[in-house]
Amino acid sequence: MYSTYLKKQQFRYGFKRGLPIMLGYLPVSFAYGLTAVNSGMHPLLAILMSVTNLTSAGQFAGTSLIAGGATYLEIALTTFVINIRYMLMSLSLSQRLADHVTILERLLFSFGITDETFAVAASEENELTFPYMGGLISGPIFGWTVGTALGAFICSALPAALSNALGIALYGMFLAIFIPPCKHSKYILRVVALSCVLSCILKYTKGLNAISAGFRVILVTFLVCALAAWRFPIEEPSKSSTNADNERGA
Amino acid sequence: MSTSYAVAAILIMALVTYLPRMLPITIFQKKINSKFVQSFLHYVPYAVLSALTIPDILYATNNYATACVGFAVACILSYFEKNLVVVASGAILSVYLCGLFL
Repeated sequence: MYSTYLKKQQFRYGFKRGLPIMLGYLPVSFAYGLTAVNSGMHPLLAILMSVTNLTSAGQFAGTSLIAGGATYLEIALTTFVINIRYMLMSLSLSQRLADHVTILERLLFSFGITDETFAVAASEENELTFPYMGGLISGPIFGWTVGTALGAFICSALPAALSNALGIALYGMFLAIFIPPCKHSKYILRVVALSCVLSCILKYTKGLNAISAGFRVILVTFLVCALAAWRFPIEEPSKSSTNADNERGA
Repeated sequence: MSTSYAVAAILIMALVTYLPRMLPITIFQKKINSKFVQSFLHYVPYAVLSALTIPDILYATNNYATACVGFAVACILSYFEKNLVVVASGAILSVYLCGLFL
């Protein structure tokens, strides 16, 4: 019922969708490699970090804590708080998976859930399968590792003008994912607008700006989505019409 | 830093990064029937991505002016539903070009 051909096709499609993420990861992981080595970490440790963690903010924070000789508990708590947002993404994806995805497959590909792979997976119209997810995450994992290695070993920066420009790549991708649905659903438009306003309030209000970036995302998501779910419940379960126009080839 | 300390710290970090990714998707194997939860999760990607992007995109290039230009270009290209690569490349190119003049 589920042919090898189909699996290969889904893997390839996922891989193609992951390519822009892989490219976007290169400068960020390159910068991470540089920073880690500069803070006194051996290049191989920096690579071990990227291979086992696959996350940007958490790695930057953790590396500076390690450099400062923090306790294991401090390191664990800080990293966990920064990464709690993945729980929402993981929960969201759990409702989009095809039923035949096994526990082992879930254990494997969930390692590759990042802000960016989640963004692309969530924008797919079809149910998510294991070959698709495997294809989607393999490019980014490769890019993240190679970028770190290059940064750690070469240790000489890109021309500043270029590395600054590359810093905007991933944000550009996010915009490309959440702006188009705003044209087709006024509810999504309201969710996006409210999230932006709330995020700015949390970032720029004295006192509230003590909240870490990771918690800010969680707080905004909980408040806005709860309000939206209460005020604008969706009609169709799992697949709504607003998601239908979301599909774009990479 | 000692190597064993760094390796242990890295592996602890790997664990607390993996758990939040793995637990929800492994525990919730069935579709959740609550309409509220379904609606909530339907809106999650848009709220998460908005909160990740705004206002942090303004700090992405170490220069407000170039970041604003890149932001504007990315918004326009996204509005016309260009694909991810086009939007990302357009933003990079505009920031790079502006950086040459500012």
